[in-house]
Amino acid sequence: MKIGVLSLQGGVAEHITMLNRLGAQATEVRLPVELNDLDGLIISGGESTTITRLMSDYNLAEPIKKLAIQGFPIFGTCAGMILLAKRVSDSSLRPLGVLDIEVQRNAFGRQKDSFEIDLSIPILGQEKFRGIFIRAPIITGVNSGFDVLCQLNEDENVAVRQGKLLACTFHPELTDDLRFHDYFLSLVRGKVT
Amino acid sequence: MIEKGTWKVKAGLAQMLKGGVIMDVVTPEQAKIAEEAGACAVMALERVPADIRATGGVARMADPAIILAIMEAVTIPVMAKCRIGHFVEAQVLEALRVDFIDESEVLTPADESHHVWKHDFKVPFVCGCRDLGEALRRIAEGAAMIRTKGEAGTGNIVEAVRHMRAVQDGIRKLQALPVDELAAEAKALGAPLELVIEVHKTGKLPVVNFAAGGIATPADAALMMQLGADGVFVGSGIFKSANPEVRAKAIVKATTHYRDPAIIAEVSKALGAPMPGLDIKTIPPQELLAPRGW
Repeated sequence: MKIGVLSLQGGVAEHITMLNRLGAQATEVRLPVELNDLDGLIISGGESTTITRLMSDYNLAEPIKKLAIQGFPIFGTCAGMILLAKRVSDSSLRPLGVLDIEVQRNAFGRQKDSFEIDLSIPILGQEKFRGIFIRAPIITGVNSGFDVLCQLNEDENVAVRQGKLLACTFHPELTDDLRFHDYFLSLVRGKVT
Repeated sequence: MIEKGTWKVKAGLAQMLKGGVIMDVVTPEQAKIAEEAGACAVMALERVPADIRATGGVARMADPAIILAIMEAVTIPVMAKCRIGHFVEAQVLEALRVDFIDESEVLTPADESHHVWKHDFKVPFVCGCRDLGEALRRIAEGAAMIRTKGEAGTGNIVEAVRHMRAVQDGIRKLQALPVDELAAEAKALGAPLELVIEVHKTGKLPVVNFAAGGIATPADAALMMQLGADGVFVGSGIFKSANPEVRAKAIVKATTHYRDPAIIAEVSKALGAPMPGLDIKTIPPQELLAPRGW
Protein backbone atom coordinates (compact mmCIF):
# COMPACT_ATOMS: atom_id res chain seq x y z
CA MET A 1 0.00 0.00 0.00
CA LYS A 2 1.38 3.38 -1.04
CA ILE A 3 0.24 6.58 0.68
CA GLY A 4 1.25 10.05 -0.48
CA VAL A 5 1.83 12.87 1.98
CA LEU A 6 1.35 16.35 0.54
CA SER A 7 4.77 17.90 1.25
CA LEU A 8 4.40 21.55 0.36
CA GLN A 9 4.88 22.78 3.92
CA GLY A 10 4.23 21.60 7.49
CA GLY A 11 4.49 18.47 9.63
CA VAL A 12 5.15 15.98 6.84
CA ALA A 13 7.89 13.75 8.28
CA GLU A 14 5.71 12.92 11.30
CA HIS A 15 3.00 11.41 9.06
CA ILE A 16 5.59 9.46 7.07
CA THR A 17 6.98 8.00 10.31
CA MET A 18 3.48 6.92 11.43
CA LEU A 19 2.74 5.31 8.05
CA ASN A 20 6.05 3.47 7.99
CA ARG A 21 5.48 2.19 11.51
CA LEU A 22 2.16 0.76 10.29
CA GLY A 23 3.92 -1.02 7.42
CA ALA A 24 2.64 1.28 4.66
CA GLN A 25 4.87 2.82 2.02
CA ALA A 26 4.88 6.63 2.25
CA THR A 27 5.95 9.08 -0.40
CA GLU A 28 6.23 12.87 -0.59
CA VAL A 29 3.96 14.74 -3.01
CA ARG A 30 5.00 18.18 -4.28
CA LEU A 31 3.96 17.98 -7.94
CA PRO A 32 0.86 16.57 -9.71
CA VAL A 33 2.80 13.68 -11.31
CA GLU A 34 3.58 12.40 -7.80
CA LEU A 35 -0.15 11.74 -7.25
CA ASN A 36 -0.01 8.80 -9.67
CA ASP A 37 -0.10 5.23 -8.34
CA LEU A 38 -1.21 6.19 -4.83
CA ASP A 39 -3.73 4.32 -2.71
CA GLY A 40 -4.40 7.27 -0.40
CA LEU A 41 -3.30 10.81 0.43
CA ILE A 42 -2.59 12.64 3.68
CA ILE A 43 -2.67 16.44 3.87
CA SER A 44 -0.60 17.44 6.88
CA GLY A 45 -0.82 20.25 9.37
CA GLY A 46 1.06 23.44 8.63
CA GLU A 47 -0.03 26.91 7.55
CA SER A 48 -3.19 26.62 5.47
CA THR A 49 -2.50 29.92 3.63
CA THR A 50 1.00 28.72 2.62
CA ILE A 51 -0.16 25.28 1.50
CA THR A 52 -3.14 26.69 -0.44
CA ARG A 53 -0.91 29.09 -2.35
CA LEU A 54 1.63 26.40 -3.27
CA MET A 55 -1.13 23.96 -4.18
CA SER A 56 -2.54 26.40 -6.71
CA ASP A 57 0.88 27.54 -8.01
CA TYR A 58 1.87 23.96 -8.79
CA ASN A 59 -1.54 22.84 -10.15
CA LEU A 60 -2.26 20.34 -7.39
CA ALA A 61 -5.68 21.67 -6.37
CA GLU A 62 -7.65 20.37 -9.37
CA PRO A 63 -6.22 16.84 -9.48
CA ILE A 64 -6.68 16.40 -5.71
CA LYS A 65 -10.24 17.67 -5.97
CA LYS A 66 -10.92 15.23 -8.78
CA LEU A 67 -9.52 12.33 -6.75
CA ALA A 68 -11.66 13.28 -3.75
CA ILE A 69 -14.82 13.38 -5.86
CA GLN A 70 -13.98 9.93 -7.28
CA GLY A 71 -13.94 8.52 -3.73
CA PHE A 72 -10.18 8.42 -3.28
CA PRO A 73 -9.18 8.15 0.44
CA ILE A 74 -7.82 11.44 1.83
CA PHE A 75 -6.95 12.24 5.44
CA GLY A 76 -6.47 15.88 6.49
CA THR A 77 -5.12 16.95 9.87
CA CYS A 78 -5.50 20.53 11.15
CA ALA A 79 -4.51 22.71 8.15
CA GLY A 80 -5.12 19.63 5.98
CA MET A 81 -8.70 19.57 7.21
CA ILE A 82 -9.14 23.28 6.46
CA LEU A 83 -7.99 22.63 2.88
CA LEU A 84 -10.58 19.87 2.41
CA ALA A 85 -13.45 21.97 3.76
CA LYS A 86 -16.16 23.60 1.67
CA ARG A 87 -16.46 26.77 3.73
CA VAL A 88 -13.86 28.57 5.82
CA SER A 89 -14.81 31.52 7.99
CA ASP A 90 -11.88 33.47 6.55
CA SER A 91 -12.62 34.60 3.04
CA SER A 92 -9.00 35.08 1.95
CA LEU A 93 -8.56 31.31 1.79
CA ARG A 94 -9.60 29.17 -1.17
CA PRO A 95 -9.95 25.58 0.09
CA LEU A 96 -10.53 22.53 -2.12
CA GLY A 97 -14.17 22.42 -1.05
CA VAL A 98 -14.63 18.65 -1.18
CA LEU A 99 -15.69 18.02 2.42
CA ASP A 100 -19.11 19.52 3.10
CA ILE A 101 -18.21 21.18 6.39
CA GLU A 102 -17.69 24.70 7.63
CA VAL A 103 -14.56 25.41 9.65
CA GLN A 104 -13.31 28.27 11.74
CA ARG A 105 -9.54 28.83 11.74
CA ASN A 106 -7.62 29.52 14.98
CA ALA A 107 -10.88 28.88 16.81
CA PHE A 108 -9.33 28.62 20.27
CA GLY A 109 -7.13 31.72 19.96
CA ARG A 110 -3.41 32.20 19.51
CA GLN A 111 -0.54 29.85 20.37
CA LYS A 112 -0.79 30.61 24.11
CA ASP A 113 -4.20 28.89 24.00
CA SER A 114 -2.92 25.76 22.25
CA PHE A 115 -3.62 22.71 24.41
CA GLU A 116 -3.63 18.96 24.97
CA ILE A 117 -6.60 16.95 26.16
CA ASP A 118 -7.73 13.31 26.38
CA LEU A 119 -10.40 12.58 23.76
CA SER A 120 -13.03 9.86 23.51
CA ILE A 121 -13.06 8.47 19.97
CA PRO A 122 -15.35 5.40 20.05
CA ILE A 123 -14.27 4.02 16.65
CA LEU A 124 -10.69 3.78 17.98
CA GLY A 125 -11.74 1.84 21.08
CA GLN A 126 -12.20 2.53 24.77
CA GLU A 127 -8.77 3.93 25.46
CA LYS A 128 -8.58 7.74 25.34
CA PHE A 129 -6.73 9.41 22.46
CA ARG A 130 -4.39 12.31 23.27
CA GLY A 131 -5.59 15.31 21.29
CA ILE A 132 -2.92 17.89 20.53
CA PHE A 133 -4.54 21.14 19.40
CA ILE A 134 -2.16 23.80 18.00
CA ARG A 135 -3.79 27.06 16.92
CA ALA A 136 -6.49 24.62 15.98
CA PRO A 137 -9.59 25.12 13.87
CA ILE A 138 -13.03 23.68 14.74
CA ILE A 139 -15.73 22.26 12.55
CA THR A 140 -18.73 24.53 13.02
CA GLY A 141 -21.18 23.10 10.53
CA VAL A 142 -21.73 19.47 9.52
CA ASN A 143 -24.40 18.18 7.15
CA SER A 144 -26.14 14.82 7.27
CA GLY A 145 -24.21 11.95 5.77
CA PHE A 146 -21.32 12.62 8.09
CA ASP A 147 -19.88 10.45 10.82
CA VAL A 148 -18.88 12.73 13.67
CA LEU A 149 -16.03 10.74 15.18
CA CYS A 150 -15.19 13.05 18.05
CA GLN A 151 -16.49 16.12 19.82
CA LEU A 152 -14.73 18.31 22.33
CA ASN A 153 -17.98 19.70 23.66
CA GLU A 154 -21.46 19.60 22.22
CA ASP A 155 -21.35 21.40 18.83
CA GLU A 156 -17.55 21.38 18.84
CA ASN A 157 -16.75 18.71 16.28
CA VAL A 158 -13.07 17.89 16.03
CA ALA A 159 -13.01 14.73 13.89
CA VAL A 160 -15.35 13.73 11.05
CA ARG A 161 -15.63 11.29 8.17
CA GLN A 162 -17.59 11.47 4.95
CA GLY A 163 -17.10 8.37 2.85
CA LYS A 164 -13.36 8.01 2.42
CA LEU A 165 -12.56 11.56 3.43
CA LEU A 166 -11.27 11.73 6.99
CA ALA A 167 -10.47 14.94 8.85
CA CYS A 168 -9.49 16.05 12.33
CA THR A 169 -8.59 19.40 13.84
CA PHE A 170 -5.86 18.00 16.11
CA HIS A 171 -2.53 16.26 15.40
CA PRO A 172 -2.47 12.44 15.75
CA GLU A 173 0.93 12.57 14.00
CA LEU A 174 2.45 14.34 17.02
CA THR A 175 1.58 11.45 19.34
CA ASP A 176 2.91 7.89 19.55
CA ASP A 177 -0.63 6.57 19.13
CA LEU A 178 -1.01 4.85 15.74
CA ARG A 179 -4.77 4.18 15.99
CA PHE A 180 -5.99 7.17 13.94
CA HIS A 181 -3.60 6.42 11.08
CA ASP A 182 -4.47 2.74 11.32
CA TYR A 183 -8.15 3.68 10.95
CA PHE A 184 -7.30 5.69 7.82
CA LEU A 185 -5.41 2.71 6.38
CA SER A 186 -8.47 0.53 7.00
CA LEU A 187 -10.48 3.06 4.96
CA VAL A 188 -7.88 2.78 2.22
CA ARG A 189 -8.11 -1.01 2.29
CA GLY A 190 -11.87 -0.70 1.98
CA LYS A 191 -12.51 -2.42 5.29
CA VAL A 192 -14.62 0.48 6.55
CA THR A 193 -17.42 1.79 4.34
CA MET B 1 -8.53 18.17 31.57
CA ILE B 2 -7.14 20.86 29.26
CA GLU B 3 -3.40 21.45 29.55
CA LYS B 4 -2.08 24.59 27.90
CA GLY B 5 1.46 25.56 26.98
CA THR B 6 2.84 22.01 27.24
CA TRP B 7 6.16 21.04 25.66
CA LYS B 8 4.21 19.09 23.00
CA VAL B 9 2.22 22.12 21.83
CA LYS B 10 5.28 24.38 21.97
CA ALA B 11 7.59 22.08 20.00
CA GLY B 12 4.57 21.06 17.90
CA LEU B 13 4.00 24.58 16.54
CA ALA B 14 7.62 24.62 15.36
CA GLN B 15 7.00 21.25 13.65
CA MET B 16 4.05 22.79 11.79
CA LEU B 17 6.31 25.60 10.49
CA LYS B 18 8.66 23.13 8.78
CA GLY B 19 9.30 23.50 5.09
CA GLY B 20 8.26 27.13 5.38
CA VAL B 21 9.69 30.63 5.26
CA ILE B 22 9.46 33.04 8.22
CA MET B 23 9.83 36.64 7.07
CA ASP B 24 10.92 39.78 8.96
CA VAL B 25 8.36 42.58 8.66
CA VAL B 26 8.19 46.07 10.15
CA THR B 27 4.68 47.20 9.12
CA PRO B 28 1.22 45.59 8.77
CA GLU B 29 1.47 46.17 4.99
CA GLN B 30 4.69 44.17 4.80
CA ALA B 31 3.09 41.44 6.94
CA LYS B 32 0.22 41.17 4.44
CA ILE B 33 2.67 40.96 1.52
CA ALA B 34 4.54 38.18 3.36
CA GLU B 35 1.33 36.25 4.10
CA GLU B 36 0.13 36.62 0.52
CA ALA B 37 3.51 35.38 -0.74
CA GLY B 38 3.13 32.20 1.34
CA ALA B 39 5.17 32.91 4.48
CA CYS B 40 4.35 30.37 7.20
CA ALA B 41 4.91 33.05 9.89
CA VAL B 42 6.21 36.58 10.25
CA MET B 43 8.69 38.16 12.65
CA ALA B 44 7.36 41.54 13.83
CA LEU B 45 10.17 44.07 14.19
CA GLU B 46 10.78 47.79 14.48
CA ARG B 47 13.80 47.56 12.16
CA VAL B 48 15.18 44.73 10.03
CA PRO B 49 18.69 43.56 10.97
CA ALA B 50 20.38 45.47 8.11
CA ASP B 51 18.93 48.71 9.52
CA ILE B 52 19.77 47.75 13.11
CA ARG B 53 23.34 47.22 11.92
CA ALA B 54 23.36 50.60 10.12
CA THR B 55 21.75 52.51 12.98
CA GLY B 56 23.98 51.21 15.77
CA GLY B 57 23.26 51.96 19.44
CA VAL B 58 21.18 49.66 21.66
CA ALA B 59 18.59 47.53 19.83
CA ARG B 60 15.60 46.55 22.01
CA MET B 61 12.26 44.73 21.79
CA ALA B 62 9.95 46.42 19.25
CA ASP B 63 7.23 48.87 20.27
CA PRO B 64 4.19 46.77 21.35
CA ALA B 65 1.98 48.98 19.16
CA ILE B 66 3.87 47.79 16.06
CA ILE B 67 3.70 44.15 17.14
CA LEU B 68 -0.05 44.36 17.84
CA ALA B 69 -0.75 46.08 14.52
CA ILE B 70 1.06 43.27 12.70
CA MET B 71 -0.81 40.61 14.72
CA GLU B 72 -4.05 42.31 13.70
CA ALA B 73 -3.09 42.33 10.01
CA VAL B 74 -2.46 38.61 9.40
CA THR B 75 -3.82 35.19 10.37
CA ILE B 76 -0.48 33.35 10.25
CA PRO B 77 1.65 33.04 13.44
CA VAL B 78 3.46 36.20 14.55
CA MET B 79 6.85 36.04 16.25
CA ALA B 80 8.72 38.84 18.01
CA LYS B 81 12.23 39.28 19.40
CA CYS B 82 13.43 39.91 22.95
CA ARG B 83 17.01 40.64 23.98
CA ILE B 84 19.14 37.72 25.19
CA GLY B 85 18.49 37.30 28.92
CA HIS B 86 15.80 40.01 29.03
CA PHE B 87 13.07 37.92 30.64
CA VAL B 88 10.82 40.93 31.22
CA GLU B 89 10.76 41.75 27.51
CA ALA B 90 9.82 38.06 27.07
CA GLN B 91 7.05 38.43 29.67
CA VAL B 92 5.75 41.49 27.81
CA LEU B 93 5.74 39.60 24.49
CA GLU B 94 3.86 36.73 26.13
CA ALA B 95 1.33 39.21 27.55
CA LEU B 96 0.86 40.59 24.02
CA ARG B 97 0.07 36.96 23.02
CA VAL B 98 2.64 36.70 20.24
CA ASP B 99 2.84 33.11 18.97
CA PHE B 100 6.61 32.63 19.29
CA ILE B 101 9.43 34.56 20.99
CA ASP B 102 12.88 34.81 19.40
CA GLU B 103 15.53 35.37 22.08
CA SER B 104 17.79 37.03 19.57
CA GLU B 105 21.41 38.07 19.19
CA VAL B 106 20.20 40.63 16.64
CA LEU B 107 19.12 42.79 19.61
CA THR B 108 21.69 44.05 22.11
CA PRO B 109 22.04 41.43 24.89
CA ALA B 110 20.64 42.35 28.32
CA ASP B 111 22.60 39.65 30.16
CA GLU B 112 26.04 38.39 29.14
CA SER B 113 25.93 35.34 31.44
CA HIS B 114 22.38 34.04 31.40
CA HIS B 115 19.77 33.40 28.76
CA VAL B 116 16.04 33.45 29.60
CA TRP B 117 14.78 30.36 31.50
CA LYS B 118 12.28 29.52 28.80
CA HIS B 119 10.51 26.66 30.60
CA ASP B 120 8.67 29.30 32.66
CA PHE B 121 6.70 30.49 29.64
CA LYS B 122 3.57 29.14 27.93
CA VAL B 123 4.65 30.70 24.62
CA PRO B 124 7.41 28.81 22.76
CA PHE B 125 10.90 30.26 22.14
CA VAL B 126 13.31 30.01 19.24
CA CYS B 127 17.03 30.66 19.85
CA GLY B 128 20.10 30.99 17.65
CA CYS B 129 23.10 28.68 17.68
CA ARG B 130 26.51 28.34 16.02
CA ASP B 131 27.11 24.65 16.78
CA LEU B 132 25.58 21.59 18.43
CA GLY B 133 26.67 22.49 21.98
CA GLU B 134 25.02 25.91 21.79
CA ALA B 135 21.85 24.37 20.31
CA LEU B 136 21.61 21.83 23.14
CA ARG B 137 22.24 24.50 25.82
CA ARG B 138 19.32 26.52 24.50
CA ILE B 139 17.07 23.45 24.28
CA ALA B 140 17.96 22.60 27.89
CA GLU B 141 16.79 26.11 28.89
CA GLY B 142 13.47 25.43 27.14
CA ALA B 143 13.87 26.53 23.51
CA ALA B 144 11.21 24.70 21.46
CA MET B 145 12.92 25.57 18.18
CA ILE B 146 16.50 26.30 17.11
CA ARG B 147 17.90 28.34 14.24
CA THR B 148 21.40 29.01 13.03
CA LYS B 149 22.65 32.48 13.95
CA GLY B 150 24.36 33.14 10.64
CA GLU B 151 25.31 36.81 10.47
CA ALA B 152 22.06 38.76 10.33
CA GLY B 153 21.66 41.81 8.12
CA THR B 154 24.57 40.97 5.81
CA GLY B 155 22.83 39.16 2.95
CA ASN B 156 25.84 36.84 3.14
CA ILE B 157 25.07 33.14 3.57
CA VAL B 158 28.58 32.06 4.64
CA GLU B 159 28.01 32.14 8.41
CA ALA B 160 24.64 30.34 8.25
CA VAL B 161 26.34 27.59 6.21
CA ARG B 162 29.17 27.40 8.73
CA HIS B 163 26.71 27.09 11.64
CA MET B 164 24.43 24.55 9.94
CA ARG B 165 27.40 22.37 8.98
CA ALA B 166 28.75 22.64 12.54
CA VAL B 167 25.43 21.44 13.99
CA GLN B 168 25.18 18.56 11.50
CA ASP B 169 28.82 17.56 12.02
CA GLY B 170 28.24 17.59 15.77
CA ILE B 171 25.26 15.28 15.38
CA ARG B 172 27.15 12.86 13.09
CA LYS B 173 30.05 12.77 15.54
CA LEU B 174 27.74 11.96 18.46
CA GLN B 175 26.10 9.15 16.51
CA ALA B 176 29.47 7.58 15.81
CA LEU B 177 30.76 7.71 19.40
CA PRO B 178 30.57 4.68 21.68
CA VAL B 179 28.25 5.16 24.67
CA ASP B 180 31.08 5.29 27.20
CA GLU B 181 32.55 8.37 25.49
CA LEU B 182 29.34 10.42 25.55
CA ALA B 183 29.91 11.94 29.01
CA ALA B 184 33.28 13.36 28.01
CA GLU B 185 31.77 14.64 24.75
CA ALA B 186 28.95 16.31 26.73
CA LYS B 187 31.61 18.05 28.80
CA ALA B 188 33.46 19.16 25.67
CA LEU B 189 30.22 20.43 24.06
CA GLY B 190 29.11 22.15 27.26
CA ALA B 191 25.74 20.44 26.86
CA PRO B 192 23.59 18.32 29.23
CA LEU B 193 24.39 14.60 29.07
CA GLU B 194 20.71 13.58 28.73
CA LEU B 195 20.35 15.61 25.52
CA VAL B 196 23.70 14.31 24.23
CA ILE B 197 22.48 10.73 24.78
CA GLU B 198 19.21 11.53 23.02
CA VAL B 199 20.97 12.94 19.94
CA HIS B 200 23.36 9.95 19.94
CA LYS B 201 20.32 7.63 19.79
CA THR B 202 18.05 9.53 17.38
CA GLY B 203 20.61 11.18 15.11
CA LYS B 204 18.70 14.46 15.17
CA LEU B 205 18.01 17.47 17.36
CA PRO B 206 15.04 17.07 19.71
CA VAL B 207 13.44 20.19 18.17
CA VAL B 208 13.07 21.75 14.73
CA ASN B 209 16.14 23.56 13.35
CA PHE B 210 15.73 26.44 10.87
CA ALA B 211 18.40 28.40 9.01
CA ALA B 212 18.76 32.14 9.57
CA GLY B 213 21.20 34.98 9.11
CA GLY B 214 22.16 35.94 5.55
CA ILE B 215 19.56 34.31 3.28
CA ALA B 216 18.95 36.63 0.30
CA THR B 217 18.09 34.47 -2.72
CA PRO B 218 15.94 31.40 -3.56
CA ALA B 219 19.16 29.42 -4.06
CA ASP B 220 20.37 30.47 -0.60
CA ALA B 221 17.16 29.08 0.91
CA ALA B 222 17.43 25.81 -1.02
CA LEU B 223 21.12 25.51 -0.07
CA MET B 224 20.23 25.69 3.62
CA MET B 225 17.42 23.15 3.15
CA GLN B 226 19.75 20.73 1.38
CA LEU B 227 22.24 21.17 4.21
CA GLY B 228 19.56 19.91 6.59
CA ALA B 229 17.54 22.95 7.69
CA ASP B 230 13.86 22.30 8.44
CA GLY B 231 12.91 25.74 7.08
CA VAL B 232 14.30 29.26 6.76
CA PHE B 233 14.08 32.71 8.28
CA VAL B 234 14.59 35.58 5.87
CA GLY B 235 15.34 38.86 7.59
CA SER B 236 16.50 41.81 5.58
CA GLY B 237 16.70 39.69 2.41
CA ILE B 238 13.13 40.35 1.30
CA PHE B 239 12.17 43.91 2.18
CA LYS B 240 15.67 45.28 1.48
CA SER B 241 15.56 43.89 -2.06
CA ALA B 242 14.32 45.76 -5.15
CA ASN B 243 11.10 43.73 -5.53
CA PRO B 244 10.02 42.22 -2.19
CA GLU B 245 6.75 40.69 -3.39
CA VAL B 246 8.28 38.67 -6.22
CA ARG B 247 11.37 37.69 -4.21
CA ALA B 248 9.25 36.54 -1.25
CA LYS B 249 7.19 34.23 -3.48
CA ALA B 250 10.33 32.88 -5.14
CA ILE B 251 11.99 32.08 -1.82
CA VAL B 252 8.83 30.27 -0.61
CA LYS B 253 8.80 28.12 -3.76
CA ALA B 254 12.52 27.36 -3.60
CA THR B 255 12.15 26.28 0.04
CA THR B 256 9.38 23.80 -0.83
CA HIS B 257 11.07 22.51 -4.01
CA TYR B 258 14.58 22.68 -2.57
CA ARG B 259 15.72 19.47 -4.27
CA ASP B 260 14.46 20.52 -7.70
CA PRO B 261 17.10 22.72 -9.45
CA ALA B 262 14.82 23.29 -12.49
CA ILE B 263 12.18 24.89 -10.27
CA ILE B 264 14.80 26.92 -8.37
CA ALA B 265 16.12 28.17 -11.74
CA GLU B 266 12.62 29.09 -12.88
CA VAL B 267 11.72 31.06 -9.74
CA SER B 268 15.13 32.82 -9.69
CA LYS B 269 14.50 34.57 -13.03
CA ALA B 270 14.27 38.38 -13.14
CA LEU B 271 13.82 39.01 -9.43
CA GLY B 272 15.48 42.43 -9.55
CA ALA B 273 18.39 43.41 -7.34
CA PRO B 274 18.88 41.41 -4.13
CA MET B 275 19.73 43.29 -0.92
CA PRO B 276 23.26 44.72 -1.01
CA GLY B 277 25.57 42.22 0.70
CA LEU B 278 28.37 42.63 3.20
CA ASP B 279 31.65 40.71 3.28
CA ILE B 280 31.91 39.38 6.85
CA LYS B 281 35.68 40.10 6.85
CA THR B 282 35.01 43.83 6.49
CA ILE B 283 32.86 43.96 9.66
CA PRO B 284 34.79 45.03 12.77
CA PRO B 285 34.75 42.14 15.31
CA GLN B 286 32.82 44.19 17.90
CA GLU B 287 30.00 44.66 15.39
CA LEU B 288 29.47 40.94 14.70
CA LEU B 289 26.14 39.65 16.04
CA ALA B 290 26.71 35.88 16.10
CA PRO B 291 29.19 35.87 19.05
CA ARG B 292 26.49 37.39 21.30
CA GLY B 293 25.21 34.77 23.76
CA TRP B 294 27.10 31.55 24.56
